[in-house]
Amino acid sequence: MSEHHHHDHQHPKQPDLEDQPITYYKVMTEALAELLIEKDVITADELRNQMEQQDSRSPIFGARLIAKAWADPAFKERLIADVNGAAAEMDIDAGDVPIRGVENTDDVHNVVVCTLCSCYPRSLIGLPPDWYKSRAYRSRTVREPRKVLAEFGTVMPDDIDVRVHDSTADLRFLVIPKRPEGSGLMSEEELTDLVTRDSMIGVSVAKNPA
Amino acid sequence: MSEFGRRHHDMGGLGAGPVEAGNEHDYAYWEKKIDAVRRLLADEKRNLFTVDEMRRGIEELGAKAYDEMSYYERWAASTTNILIEKGILTIDELGRRMEEVEARLKADAEGS
Amino acid sequence: MEAKYYVGDAVNVRRAFPPGHVRTPYFIRGQKGVIHEVVGTYSNPEELAYGRDGKPALMLYRVQFRQSDVWPDYEGSNADTALVDLYENWLEPGEGAV
Repeated sequence: MSEHHHHDHQHPKQPDLEDQPITYYKVMTEALAELLIEKDVITADELRNQMEQQDSRSPIFGARLIAKAWADPAFKERLIADVNGAAAEMDIDAGDVPIRGVENTDDVHNVVVCTLCSCYPRSLIGLPPDWYKSRAYRSRTVREPRKVLAEFGTVMPDDIDVRVHDSTADLRFLVIPKRPEGSGLMSEEELTDLVTRDSMIGVSVAKNPA
Repeated sequence: MSEFGRRHHDMGGLGAGPVEAGNEHDYAYWEKKIDAVRRLLADEKRNLFTVDEMRRGIEELGAKAYDEMSYYERWAASTTNILIEKGILTIDELGRRMEEVEARLKADAEGS
Repeated sequence: MEAKYYVGDAVNVRRAFPPGHVRTPYFIRGQKGVIHEVVGTYSNPEELAYGRDGKPALMLYRVQFRQSDVWPDYEGSNADTALVDLYENWLEPGEGAV
């Protein structure tokens, strides 16, 4: 397969590749994928399935866990003890990497970072935003968390302890935000809408009911 | 002596400007693809490389590359370097295929 | 494998600065903390990173540090903490228990 060969058939048009600049690493990725498929290291189906599975991951999974934890105190205890197991109860696949639930209370506010790279509970809240992977977030959050939180509009009074979790090993962290005031009569589905991705990272709190 | 001990990617505690939370970009198709390829290579079926190796490869790209490349560009660079090291691909075949892919993409772009 | 440290133990993070793939962040080296959780055993990432099997596995701990200890200029509550996940080979016994 290492000989240069002409294609005498058309490749199917790949619209996602055409509409963007043809960059070096895009070309490399495409070449890599093709070679790995030709060598039977991976199959085209596996690649497609993996991409679809990743695309299906979004903060809605995490939000559903949080909403149920708010509505059901026993579930919240199970979530804190074992996020992956609690997620499985709701038919949510949290993946193989163990995820810890860290609960925001009247006394403690948690915020999560990965100073060394960009570890993130992707299976429950989707792909991380660019800012989470940025130098500014990765360098400053562990040193001046209250200032970073303030930049997100989140001000913690001094009587609440701010706890920063640096994901340096095989654990991932999901912040369980505090249930907002005035949400007492809301259904689990309505509660889900209050849980933002940023509140599960810890840079924000959950939304207030309208 | 120890000021040399902070490696470039190990940035916890350094000063930096404000966190720019505004623009989140939609991941490009190729970015999702390299992410998926990496996961497949590291899965139980294949066990061809680990996320630890990829991280190490990223850390070894050098400070300038680390700062100037985008997140998934670093993944692509590290993954291919490691696959070359392991002999799963050769530089020759990768180079030839990249040349071919680039020509194909350019032709498709012009023809569309 | 037995964990060397228990929840509540005072530990010091080794003050060493080797090259290579290390998952103990620079900012925490030489710092004093307290064991918050004994997580379990994991293959050593310092070895996995080079294609080796990372055995023998290492015990992983969640270690809690007082921010005002870690950062001389820390602005914030004295009760603010940082938790870092650290492998046993980077920890040494600290002075006194909690």
